[in-house]
Order: sequence, then C-alpha cells, then structure tokens
Amino acid sequence: MKITESRVRDVADLANLNLTDAEIARLAKDMDEILTHMDALNELDTSTVEPMAQVLYQSEETATLRPDEIIPPIGIEAALANAPLAGAGYYKVPKVIER
Amino acid sequence: MNQIASLTIEQVQAGLAARQFSAVELAQSALEFAQAENPKTNAYLHFCPERALAAAERVDKKLAAGENAGPLAGVPIAVKDVIVTQGVRTTCGSRLLEHYIPPYNATAITRLEQAGAVILGKTNCDEFAMGSSNENSAFGPVRNPVALDRVPGGSSGGSAAAVAQGTAVAALGSDTGGSVRQPASFCGVVGVTPTYGRVSRYGLVAFASSLDHIGPFGRTVRDAALLLETMAGRDECDATSAFAPVPSFTKQLDGEVSGTRIGLPREYFEGLASESGDRIRHAVALLEKLGCEVRDISLPATKYAVPCYYIIATAEASSNLARYDGVRYTTRANEDTLSGMYRATRGQGFGAECKRRIMLGTYVLSHGYYDAYYLKAQKVRALIAEDFRRAFTQVDAIVAPVSPSPAFKIGEKVDDPLEMYLSDIYTITGDLAGIPCMSVPCGKTSEGLPVGMQILTRHFDETGMFRLADAFEKAGGFAGSN
Repeated sequence: MKITESRVRDVADLANLNLTDAEIARLAKDMDEILTHMDALNELDTSTVEPMAQVLYQSEETATLRPDEIIPPIGIEAALANAPLAGAGYYKVPKVIER
Repeated sequence: MNQIASLTIEQVQAGLAARQFSAVELAQSALEFAQAENPKTNAYLHFCPERALAAAERVDKKLAAGENAGPLAGVPIAVKDVIVTQGVRTTCGSRLLEHYIPPYNATAITRLEQAGAVILGKTNCDEFAMGSSNENSAFGPVRNPVALDRVPGGSSGGSAAAVAQGTAVAALGSDTGGSVRQPASFCGVVGVTPTYGRVSRYGLVAFASSLDHIGPFGRTVRDAALLLETMAGRDECDATSAFAPVPSFTKQLDGEVSGTRIGLPREYFEGLASESGDRIRHAVALLEKLGCEVRDISLPATKYAVPCYYIIATAEASSNLARYDGVRYTTRANEDTLSGMYRATRGQGFGAECKRRIMLGTYVLSHGYYDAYYLKAQKVRALIAEDFRRAFTQVDAIVAPVSPSPAFKIGEKVDDPLEMYLSDIYTITGDLAGIPCMSVPCGKTSEGLPVGMQILTRHFDETGMFRLADAFEKAGGFAGSN
C-alpha cells in the first residue's frame, strides 16, 4: 500500500477539502491504484533531461510586455456581483482574527 | 424549418445571401429545434435566446445595409460551459458555479461574435472539464446522439453531441488531454485542438494551464478551420497566447496532398480495438491513393504518457481549483471559521472526480513527493515532446487513432477511474507536446458507432493538418471507408 486512509486525511487537510469517511476509504483505494501505475515513470532514466514546465516558442524576451497604460478596471460592483456575501465594497468572510 | 440539423457554415452563408432566410429566422428556428431536441441528449445546459436574437439582428441589419456581416454571419453555435460569457450563466458543469454569471467575455467568444456568430447556449461537460465520458457533470450525463445508451465522450461531450445531433452548426470546446478530439470521434464530427497558445485562453476557466486549449467542432473540416482562424491569434489578455501570424486555413484547402509524408506510430496501434484499427487502416489506404507517402515511425515514450499526463494535469488542477473556496464564486457553506468555510464549501461543492484529481495533485506536489512525481513527470514530458520533434524531421504529419475503442456504454467505466484514464492514451500526447491535432470521422463500426482518425502536425502547422483532413473528406473518407 502506498496510501493509507490516514495519509488521505493529511492530503485532504492540505487541499482544504472536507471528505466523508466513505470518500476517504474510496480515495485510498483509487489513489493507491493510480499512484502505483504512475510508478512506471521510474523505469526511465531522466538524469540528463531538462524538465518541461511549459510549451515554449522562440520570441523576444520582452515580447509579452505592453505599454504601462491604465485600462479601466471591471469595477467593484461587477467584481462583487458573484460574491456569496459582500459589504462596503469588499468580500465578507467569517471572522479571521481569533478572539 | 429544421434546416439547422444538417447545415454547414457555407450553406448558412449561401442561404443568407440568397435571402432564403434571415439571420433572425435562422436563430429562431435553431433555438426552437435545439430546445425541443435537447431532452434526448442533455447536450445543452442552458440557452441564451436574447443574446442569440440580438446577435442575429445585428447580422440582418448589416446585411440590409449591404455591409460585410463577417465570416460567421448568422452561424448558430454552441459553447462549452467552461468558456465565460458575459451575463450568461457559466457553470463548468459544477454545483459550485451553478449560479455564476461572468462579468466578461472570453476573447474567443468576443472574436466569434464580432465575426457574426450567434451563440444559442452553453453545453454540458464533465465538471471543470475533468473526464472522458461527460458522466462527471453535476447536471447529468450527455447521451451520444448516435447511440443514446452510450457516452458522447468527454469532457466536451455536450458540444460534440450538439453538432452531431444537429442542434448547432458548430461549437466550441476545450481540450487538456483529448477533450475535443475524443468526443468528436465518439460522435462522428470534426474536432480540433490547435497549437498550444494559438487561441487565447482568456475567459477559459482554468483546469491545467500548461495543457489547456480552446478548440472548435464542426460538421466539416472547413467549418472547424473557419472557426479556428476567426478566434486564433495573439491576445494581450493572455500572455501565453502566441504571436505567430494566423494564415487563412480555409483558403488553402485545395485537396492537393500528393507527396505528403505520413508517419504511423506503431505504439498507437497496439491495444487498439480491431474494428477501430480497420477503419484507420482503410483511411490510411485512401490517403496513399491520394499520393501520400506512408511509413511506420516510433514514438517510444508513448507508454509513459498516461502517468506523465495525470501527474502534471492533476498537479496544475489542484492549484487552479484552489480558488473555489467560498469567498468569491457564488456558493458558500455556512461555517463559523474561515478555514471551516473553505473546507465545507469545497467538500460539498466538488464532485467525486474533481476531488480525486485535487487529492492526486496535492499529493504529487506535497513535500517529499514533488521530485519523485511532479519533477519526474515534467522530464518525461520533455521526452514525449522530443519524440514528436524527431518524428517531424522524417514526416510531415502523423496519423493515429483517437481512442482505443468507440463510444462505450453509459456507466461502463464509471467505477474504474484508472481504466478511464488509460483510455486517453492516444490524445494526451499531443497536448503534452503542444502540437496541433484533430479528429476527423473515418467511418463506423459494424454497430454503427463512429470512429475518428487523428492527424497531428508540427507546431503552428494547422494548415498542413487541415489540408490533409480536407482532402480526405473530399475523397469521401468520412463515409467512404465504411
């Protein structure tokens, strides 16, 4: 076993994800199977290979820079239109500073 | 007037020019037909009649004034619900975004509408584009219009189904590991994944940013090529969009492909369902008849593509989906603490497949595992890209299957995530390398299920890819190999 239920709980904690006991049991099985399959990559010697993070093309170093001009922003009202809870021009969340 | 069911873009243009119908009449009949037919497949999640009719009216006004109404004037299209549309609900197939109304348009949407396209509605898909069968949508699966007990493929299953069912002339999807090409092959339509960076992703809800593409579906190669050339090109709102000039693909579809060197990667024909293999081999024989030179090639890193892809894609997804925390996007679980609110919102909001991928991605990025999984996968990705680079020094195009089997039954693979992942083997390589690739129909199995042939070319050589696909289509390849 690569993955235990206790390890699944740790990872869910990192991912900010509530899981039910049934989901944890299922994920332990699935992740174990999938991660075992992923171990096939260890057959390859990649000691001299540079990692590829992105598909890149030839272009000038400054190609993606644009003039520093102010573009009208989307506006507070539009930006907050989808907020579950907003107030005074901000997103509202449960109290962060503990008493 | 159910003419939309079989119209091509050229026929829409001819009909408008000959005043057989106005853009508004076409939009109205298309909306009526699509809404009436939709319960059969669940391809659309919602329609946007006001927006469609307003767009059609603009086209009619321009035509009445004798102005150019654009290359897509009056063309009714469907848009996958992971591409944002200002003022029109965009759910990503997720409960979390059930009520999300985007405040802006994706660049691809802006460009298509400027060209006269009429958006009928938003199509169903796997939640956040994660899936190969469209069974991961929070709003129910899509049924394949060709065989209603089967999946349409995924994740852009709704878009492929709409074009196949005749409820849209063309459609937009997104492809991260095959999500345009595989449903196109399952439903018997054309589906295109352009070069990475060809089409701006501004307004495409992010899944795996180093792999995500927007791509078109059409009934013909020309229709798909026309959509692509209309929305492609550099966009300041997406720093990863490419500067490469966009040629007119459609002007170069002359059917002349004699001398094109085609490679058949032997790794792609192992483990292929026999009937699918037969259809592809017939298709290749037709391409030879057209004067193409066919040779066997090898892409040796292929067998590592599935683990490589599912490490990189889940890692990026776990990061991209972190934003759905209950703060900004419409849905929030009521909890007293901030961290409790994050966890409960995500736990209640995400479906099983999204949770699986968030967990896998978080695991492979976690301390002590990053080098063994994520970094290793990035190196293997470089080997896969190098395979293609080397192959394209010997051949101009690669022809391969799209999927190991034709459309499978709804529910058949739903309990076996690894089996589902393995079925992506032939499509994920193109995304990892960032090269253009497409699926063109090449016949049907004895059960009547469509089979797609995949064509892959060099970076930015969509022209060569479309020329080959179009010549094949014109030579009767879509039905001819049946």
